[in-house]
Amino acid sequence: MFGKRRSPLPGFAPGMAVTVGWLTILLFIPLVALIAKSFSLTASEFLAAAWSDRARAAYVLTFGAAAVAAIVDVAFGLLFAWVLVRYHFPGRQMLDAIIDLPFALPTAVAGLVYSSLYVKNGWFGRFLVPLGIEGAYSRFAIVLVLVFLGLPFVVRTVQPLLSSLEGDTEEAAASLGASRWQTFRRVILPSLMPALYTGFALAFARGLGEYGSIIFVSTNIPFKSEIAPMLIYSRLEDYNYEEATAIAVVLLAGSITTLMCINWLESRNRRYAR
Amino acid sequence: MRKSSLAVLFPIFLVSIGCGSGGDSPSSPAGTSSSAKASAETGGGSSAPVELLNVSYDPTRELWKDLNDKFTAQQQVAGKSVSIKQSHGGSGSQARAVIDGLEADVVTLAMWSDTDQLRKKGLIQEGWEDAFPHRSLPYTSTIVFVVRKGNPKNIRTWADLTGAGIEIVTPNPKTSGNGKLAFLAAWGSVLQNGGTEDDARKFVTQLYKQVPVLDTAARGSTTTFAQKGIGDVHLTWENEAHLEVTEAKGELELVFPEASILAEPHVAVVDVNVDKKKSRDAAENYLRFLYTPEGQAIIAKHFYRPTDATVLAANAASFPAIELFPVTRVASSWDDAQTKFFAEGAEFDKIYAGNK
Repeated sequence: MFGKRRSPLPGFAPGMAVTVGWLTILLFIPLVALIAKSFSLTASEFLAAAWSDRARAAYVLTFGAAAVAAIVDVAFGLLFAWVLVRYHFPGRQMLDAIIDLPFALPTAVAGLVYSSLYVKNGWFGRFLVPLGIEGAYSRFAIVLVLVFLGLPFVVRTVQPLLSSLEGDTEEAAASLGASRWQTFRRVILPSLMPALYTGFALAFARGLGEYGSIIFVSTNIPFKSEIAPMLIYSRLEDYNYEEATAIAVVLLAGSITTLMCINWLESRNRRYAR
Repeated sequence: MRKSSLAVLFPIFLVSIGCGSGGDSPSSPAGTSSSAKASAETGGGSSAPVELLNVSYDPTRELWKDLNDKFTAQQQVAGKSVSIKQSHGGSGSQARAVIDGLEADVVTLAMWSDTDQLRKKGLIQEGWEDAFPHRSLPYTSTIVFVVRKGNPKNIRTWADLTGAGIEIVTPNPKTSGNGKLAFLAAWGSVLQNGGTEDDARKFVTQLYKQVPVLDTAARGSTTTFAQKGIGDVHLTWENEAHLEVTEAKGELELVFPEASILAEPHVAVVDVNVDKKKSRDAAENYLRFLYTPEGQAIIAKHFYRPTDATVLAANAASFPAIELFPVTRVASSWDDAQTKFFAEGAEFDKIYAGNK
């Protein structure tokens, strides 16, 4: 099976075995257990649990907030990566290290800090709340923490690609009479697109599953500010394991579909770019 | 190359399906912390060291730390080496952790229905409620109000809560014992004043419209109210209210409404686990200790209402006489209250379904 065309690289068989075994234990088995559990419901029970008005409101909020946050992350992540790669300034390495902080910080801490800053007696809140900007205990607050958590995904995917872009393509574009905007729009951006798609997908997926920080910044009111993971938790508290799994399955299906769409967009984009 | 790697993947994936559908994966238990460790040297004592795990609800940390220190010290004098580990969290999640395999020797949960859930799953014997004095209640408690300094909105009774412009902080009844009891207290307060079920429904619906944040557990609500400065009144456990007001150093005040719910945080030995771990004697001694004068005094000190009448009378100053109505005022039993108010699509869910 493997012998036909020998790869010059050693270690394919053990490498593959570890990869597949690892994925099976850590990824496939838990996912299959989840889906299997939801099968203990009949189709109509599944639908009643996973597609109630309240659950639908929670999906709209969860997917919506994650998408908005990921879009913001793409815009700012590109800017940050640009600044970090293209300019040299004191403290650049420090800034570069700080970008990863959201990866390391427990999300509950992020949630607590954000809600403390934006409540009406907090550092930001005391100026923003009088202007009608509720950065804590609102839907806006949910987006805000998700932006924070998703940002490093975009920066870290765009950064290596940006630093590998040679300056001479830009010089060539400029010498052929392209304006700076045209150079950015038609030369740089297309080559960054795959990284931007990936960054978006990662930030988006991160936002869908987020629970720890959001319960601290959201008001958790059903139909208004209740995210799907919160609804899952609430079902578990009723000892309703099956219904909780049903909602989780919908969430999972939604995120897999979104990720596949993005992958498809990315590969199509790559074909055109060539 | 690509085809062959798929060929490797596929059978393994099938095997994984076979294993995966077998049963529930055990979920990791809630964090446990060792709060009271008796020293190992028993001085030639007769019994081997025993370690008990007490799984309790959210705001009882301080209470159990004191009780455990006293109990382990007493046992040591008697030549027995007992150490106690504590676990705290939302009452419902704690019950679930025990069901999922957390090896608790005793459970001291907020809600009767959470303890009884363990009986339903076969972890606790029938009739657990009669295993200890006072229907297995070493103490009772209730829900009171905490307001801002000087009580600017003049909140004295339940009826005052739905006044214009008043914001109420209380945790989510679906996920919190405190939340459930606050709901039942509000509902019952209307019936106490001669109102009908319909009046109660209207009152509670209006009340929850004025709740800006539904936290998942008691401590979360305390933080929202006391530290974040959200809301005008906080509906919370009597013991938690005392702690909150003390911590706030004059910024908050306690208000005792005219009537409130009689909360019954039962205690129980988890029969299946103590039989397996051979710790039944120690576990039963531990729970019986709660009823001794020393145990009851510590309970009163932390503002839980002791069930021993003499100790309660001795601490009468700490516990203003408010009318405590039993759960039977609002439902036929704790079980019925759970179904009638907090089950899927029941009264609490209707509040939000009605005004989405």
